[in-house]
Amino acid sequence: MNLTLRIWRQRDPESPGAMTTYEVADISPDMSFLEMLDTLNEELILRGEEPVAFDHDCREGICGACGVVINGDAHGPERTTTCQLHMRSFEDGDTIDVEPWRAAAFPVVKDLVVDRSAFDRIIGSGGYVTAPTGSAPEAHATPVPKPSADTAFEHAECIGCGACVAACPNGSAMLFTSAKVVHLNSLPQGAPERESRVLDMVDTMDAEGFGGCTVTGMCTTVCPKGIPLSSISTMNREFLRATRRGGRPD
Amino acid sequence: MRFWRSTVGKKTVMAVSGAIMLLYLVFHMAGNLKVFFGPDEMNGYAHWLRTVGEPVLHHEWFLWIARVALLAAVVGHATAAYQLSRRDVAARPVGYRHRRARTSYATRTMRWGGVIIALFLVWHILDLTTGTVNPNGEAGRPYENIVAAFHTWYGNTIYIVAMLAVGLHIRHGFYGAAQTLGAGGRTRDRLLKATANGLALLLTVGFLSVPVGVMTGIVE
Ligand code: HEM
Ligand code: FES
Repeated sequence: MNLTLRIWRQRDPESPGAMTTYEVADISPDMSFLEMLDTLNEELILRGEEPVAFDHDCREGICGACGVVINGDAHGPERTTTCQLHMRSFEDGDTIDVEPWRAAAFPVVKDLVVDRSAFDRIIGSGGYVTAPTGSAPEAHATPVPKPSADTAFEHAECIGCGACVAACPNGSAMLFTSAKVVHLNSLPQGAPERESRVLDMVDTMDAEGFGGCTVTGMCTTVCPKGIPLSSISTMNREFLRATRRGGRPD
Repeated sequence: MRFWRSTVGKKTVMAVSGAIMLLYLVFHMAGNLKVFFGPDEMNGYAHWLRTVGEPVLHHEWFLWIARVALLAAVVGHATAAYQLSRRDVAARPVGYRHRRARTSYATRTMRWGGVIIALFLVWHILDLTTGTVNPNGEAGRPYENIVAAFHTWYGNTIYIVAMLAVGLHIRHGFYGAAQTLGAGGRTRDRLLKATANGLALLLTVGFLSVPVGVMTGIVE
């Protein structure tokens, strides 16, 4: 396949940046999108040019590092991560636009790399359970009802890639935050911090400069892990419940 | 206050105030249909509205209580909408070069639609409550005032555009409010969307029937 790429190039956070056009030839349809970018970078290095900076780690769809916006879609045309997107999703001769996640809370570091540490600070404000560490607890000490376990597992699938923020017209982190709130608040282990968790995480999310939810549904459409839109509604319910209780546990 | 400071808290204010206005619109629309039963019934109904609650309440007190509640709802709704919109726009300072609109039309028009409805509200009160801009503008005679309003091209245009805006606004607004108040759920979302569409259609058609009735000569 021969492709024309228009890629956002930006030297550092302060520089202006612009879309830059590149041609790549002989791309195999079996390559992943990142392998296609590797091919381009090898050529750029041979030509003595600066390679395109992009984030990646596992390349198997579990770390959440590799997000870029491809033709206006977070992670491109398939509902998966960019590393798991294959070039067979494109046609020979296509022009492909590649841009970084765009959100005030995700400043561009370089080219396609953004700083997603705002997510870490949201997690740090309540996305955990407080438990004594050391020896493993007895497996039957805290029984978890099957429906709660299923809900928790479904929401624990979030890999924190940030596609929800990138796709939301308001740059909102509601889907990400709600995935963690619902994950932990549906488990007995999360119950002691149920109220403070949701209040603190929503506060941090707002303080980091993410927008609010207008229920456009764009976030769930692009989520590679299929976190449902209903998780936002569940978090709102948890938020209202915690507010009614003045943030105090039972 | 922590609640009002947060985006979720402001959205809750929007959802509750929106629900109050929606409830009002349902009664208002139904009341408007009285126009099809002639001047006596319409004007009698308007008179009755001023006597509701008597003798416990003084004359027109019920009306004024409703007006104060609605004004509070409008102010709360608009203030939260303005502040949230400012935040939302600031959260995406740089847009994508490769753009396409993928959200629904009703979703995309919430902000401007809200502004249009607010402007309509001012016109509407000057038209049919105070009578200031109404060609007839006679207090206590809403039937004659309505007929006069819809005998003008601008009256018809303003009402038709505003009612379509109201329909779209409710279509996304009802669904959004339900999500904000925590009523969403995987199986319930289809029901909520269907209810939102039904309410939007009912109110738009019901409200529009009045100007259409006057335009076609059914109401004279
Ligand atoms: C074709 C559509 C409509 C017609 C014919 C209509 C007609 C009227 C009439 C005759 C009154 C005065 C009632 C009285 O004083 O006894 C009134 C009041 C009012 N209408 Fe409408 N209306 C329409 C649509 C709407 C819509 C869509 C809204 C909301 C966005 C609305 C909001 C109000 C409000 C808030 C008042 C009360 C004003 C006050 O008494 O302070 N109306 N309407
Ligand atoms: S590189 Fe880890 S998810 Fe794509």
